[in-house]
Amino acid sequence: MVELLKDNDRVFQNLYGFKDWGLDSARDRGAWLGTSAILAQGRDWIIDRVKSSGLRGRGGAGFPTGLKWSFMPKEVGNRPHYLVVNADESEPGSCKDRDILRHEPHLLIEGCLVAAYAMQAHACYIYVRGEYIQERTRLDEAIKQAYAAGLVGKNACGSGWDFDIYMHHGAGAYICGEETALLESLEGKKGQPRLKPPFPAGAGLYGCPTTVNNVESISVVPTILRRGVDWWTQFGRENNKGTKVFSISGHVNNPCNIEEALSIPMRTLLETYAGGVRGGWDNLKCVIPGGSSVPLLPKEICDTVLMDFDALRENQSGLGTAAVIVMDKSTDVIKAIARLSYFYKHESCGQCTPCREGTGWMWRVMERMVRGEADTSEIDMLLSVSKQVEGHTICALGDAAAWPIQGLIRHFRHEIEDRIDSYRANKPVFVQAAE
Amino acid sequence: MSNFRKINIDGTEYEVPGEYTLMQACEEAAGAEIPRFCYHERLSVAGNCRMCLVEWVGAPKPQASCALTVNDLRPNRDGTPANIRTNSDTVKKAREGVMEFLLINHPLDCPICDQGGECDLQDQAMAYGRDTARFHENKRAVDDKNMGPLVNTIMNRCIQCTRCVRFITEVAGVEEIGLASRGEDAEITTYLEQSLSSELSGNVIDLCPVGALTSKPYAFNARPWELESVESVDLMDAVGSNIRIDSRAGAVLRIMPVINDSINEEWITDKARFNWDGLSRQRLDSPYIRENGKLRVAKWDEALSLAAEKLSGDPSKIAAIVGDLCDAESMKALKDLMSSLDVKNIDCRQDGMTIGSDQRESYLFNSTINGIEDSDAILIIGSNPRLEASLVNTRIRKSWLAGKTTIALVGEFCDLTYDFEHLGTKPSDVLKLSKGKSGFSKIFKEAKRPSVIIGAGALNRKDTNKILSYINILASKSNLITDQWNGYNVLHNAASRVAGLDMKFLPEDGGLCTKKIIEYSKSGDIETLFLLGADELEMSNLNSTFVIYQGSHGDSGAHIADIILPGASYAEKNGIYVNLEGRVQIGMPAVNPKGQAKEDWSIIRALSGHLGKVLPYDNIDSLRSKLFQDHPSFSGIGYIAKPANPKNFDVLPQKVNKASDDVPFVNPICDFYMTNPILRSSNVMAECSSLTDSLDMTEAAE
Repeated sequence: MVELLKDNDRVFQNLYGFKDWGLDSARDRGAWLGTSAILAQGRDWIIDRVKSSGLRGRGGAGFPTGLKWSFMPKEVGNRPHYLVVNADESEPGSCKDRDILRHEPHLLIEGCLVAAYAMQAHACYIYVRGEYIQERTRLDEAIKQAYAAGLVGKNACGSGWDFDIYMHHGAGAYICGEETALLESLEGKKGQPRLKPPFPAGAGLYGCPTTVNNVESISVVPTILRRGVDWWTQFGRENNKGTKVFSISGHVNNPCNIEEALSIPMRTLLETYAGGVRGGWDNLKCVIPGGSSVPLLPKEICDTVLMDFDALRENQSGLGTAAVIVMDKSTDVIKAIARLSYFYKHESCGQCTPCREGTGWMWRVMERMVRGEADTSEIDMLLSVSKQVEGHTICALGDAAAWPIQGLIRHFRHEIEDRIDSYRANKPVFVQAAE
Repeated sequence: MSNFRKINIDGTEYEVPGEYTLMQACEEAAGAEIPRFCYHERLSVAGNCRMCLVEWVGAPKPQASCALTVNDLRPNRDGTPANIRTNSDTVKKAREGVMEFLLINHPLDCPICDQGGECDLQDQAMAYGRDTARFHENKRAVDDKNMGPLVNTIMNRCIQCTRCVRFITEVAGVEEIGLASRGEDAEITTYLEQSLSSELSGNVIDLCPVGALTSKPYAFNARPWELESVESVDLMDAVGSNIRIDSRAGAVLRIMPVINDSINEEWITDKARFNWDGLSRQRLDSPYIRENGKLRVAKWDEALSLAAEKLSGDPSKIAAIVGDLCDAESMKALKDLMSSLDVKNIDCRQDGMTIGSDQRESYLFNSTINGIEDSDAILIIGSNPRLEASLVNTRIRKSWLAGKTTIALVGEFCDLTYDFEHLGTKPSDVLKLSKGKSGFSKIFKEAKRPSVIIGAGALNRKDTNKILSYINILASKSNLITDQWNGYNVLHNAASRVAGLDMKFLPEDGGLCTKKIIEYSKSGDIETLFLLGADELEMSNLNSTFVIYQGSHGDSGAHIADIILPGASYAEKNGIYVNLEGRVQIGMPAVNPKGQAKEDWSIIRALSGHLGKVLPYDNIDSLRSKLFQDHPSFSGIGYIAKPANPKNFDVLPQKVNKASDDVPFVNPICDFYMTNPILRSSNVMAECSSLTDSLDMTEAAE
């Protein structure tokens, strides 16, 4: 039996909002404890600790956070450094940042200060998703509290470092969650991803060195530094260390956000915290383990798979944002993926060719496949189109649009074929007259 | 260029500058062909068409070669240079994929598309595409946009490469085209659904790699393989843009730019591109003689004999003025003829400009068009370069965009597509600047390569010399003229002007200048006036004068003429032209002169025979040898004859005592589209002109 995460090992003690979100209450839970001491240890110490903690970005790609920070120039040149926090959580299925923003805003603000200090940034921008209106209000109040308490602002936390936090409200485009599109949007331009290189650490916001981090990645940093790298690394397998907030939705009895250690078996996660799959584990059809953009996994894999970056990658899926979408046997999985295709077609920015043209094409074919109004040879064509999109675009939205379809065809090809056959079975066949 | 890096392209190792993009490295070093749609040398890199993908061995994805530089590449793990593949299976598949995506929503209406035959999409689909279609859904339909009378839009064909957007915002400097909406609904659009206000808008037609933006006047006129092309020089302004004239069966059908990095880069103005319909309207196709107040068709002999008779009178009562579109040969012939008749009243400055008698630098754009990009402080006096020399203006904008220069203007306020400090409108503001110690004065005086651009609007005034003396003061307090740099720039707007000044087509001792000639004509002291394509004069003053008009178009000069000698337009003659920076260029004839019209120099040569003063040349080559012999600066075709030491130049050598009357400067061009007889004959230009007027009106009303 797997050992579950103990309550006192959870970073987000108030994930459900049962307690007050305000500064005093957050302090009771440990936030802002010894922050000035952490800052006093110096930049290299902070970055080293974050590196050795093995923290991987919680926004989807899983890039090591400490390594990302170390890409920033060591000295501030004639351009200021910026920290940008990506709170544009728009991935279907994902709702973890939302709870952090409204119930644990002080962990985020503290994390911003620590990260900004480590990267010598005097300014931090938090880009909040357009639809998150109450979250924005909450975060705004929390920032005001932090300013009033002298935790941020001039001589933040008594560190001698001046630090300002600005919150920016997006307009509700999924693509603005891509880091460079987010920067464009923040600069007041149309949200379209930039070409990389140059990477944001070289030329980001307003052309200045910038690091863009996910809300969760930033929020866990102060706790890691407070409780120590050893504490953090006891959770999860090698290369997949720490705890993670999982957003479980779909056909489970008790959909929830839950912070657990990485590498927990998926079955344990679902049965312990989400009340199990509706109708029992055997009623499971498939799971999308990391938000809409990763390929789904059929029940056979879900039986044993561990929830971490590497295990899911080995199974040709990904941890993504750890938004676990559960589908039981009542699901029309083709229709479900077709709906995701529509989402990507709708959210494509239209800048580069494969994604602009490919997402619409894939969605239209998917819609026909839902009805079965297709030819079996089109399954392979769809797969090849998705491969033509994947990896040929400026940003990862092309990949994200292609993967769910690839996952569907990989694991549920028989269902598409059945659908096509049954559609044809009821139709007369017209044979072209011999010429 | 010191930073050279090794790179392995298709199995061969090359050493290329690190700042090269992969596309440059592959094409220039390895000679590989990289297809592209969105990339353009003179625009920012967008990297959005994904056609230029190449394989970087070891990288997980193919890379956009237009955006990645050689410096961005890491060597392989074993230390060998990075391997780039431009012809591997991965690359081939990537190109096929992108090509397929571009074509699924493209209407494939090539048979009715004006771009057919010179379409990048067509060519690259042949070279890199698949042979069959797999797309069985409905194609996207996109509404056509209104881009005015010049640019035709068929937006179904658009592949969203955004070249037009980048050109209009970066080069033309008017943010009027953009990519609206997102995903597959993304459309190129003019934000306000109105005509483009740029004087360079036609260039988007060349930039468009498909048939989405095509030429409206040229629509359905011809296929590219039917056209014959010659390279020539544009005369609509004094920049001397290089053009290609395409014709079929004796009719000019379109004009396109030719790349010349020293002059027009890759652009031409709208009036250069669309004046061609003016070449076939209002043409003078046979000699005319006025009898009883009415012009009648005449024979050449008859007309020339009458002209000879009128020109053989008292030389002090004869004068000649040449216009803005003349070639150097005809001016030379006319000058030689006039001096053989002992006529001293000759002038090539029909706008009344007073400069030109001093050394060559006093009337040239000395920094050169390329050089203006190096200038770190630019003072514009009495000019609107956007209208007078649009392609010089784009250079200034380019430099300004790169943050390399600061600009100030003394003169009429206008939108120049870049920020400038408006220092005033009067000559005294120039003097104030030379005395100032802060603001732009300080910047100008501390600048390493400051320059002054003085427009024709400041050079035809009574107090022109006083203004020049102010510039002289400014020059003495700054680096305007040094051993290496001459920043004194005269911005001409007449294509023939510099050639005229170079051959000193100016009043000789005791001769009369344009203003005086007109004055004396009115009073009757000038009896015979020879106008060589001069149409911008106050013709009502010439009613009592016997006017011999030689030119190509029935414009104001022909209306009052007593004899009309039909000449050739620039598209019909072999001619030398000198642009505002002093660069000598040759224009070639694309078609024959209309009707009985002849090349201009030969008309003058024939006239000289009737006068019994036969000019010593029988063909254009011997005329040119005479021209080169008398004025060596003409002989370096393609070059600017440079003085030995710029430091020896004074803007105004003599002292001026007369005070300035300090009247505000007035820009010479108020209607960009109507500056010469060819343009005034063009329907397309008339439409543009009326549209600009109406735009101005709505602005004024708001």
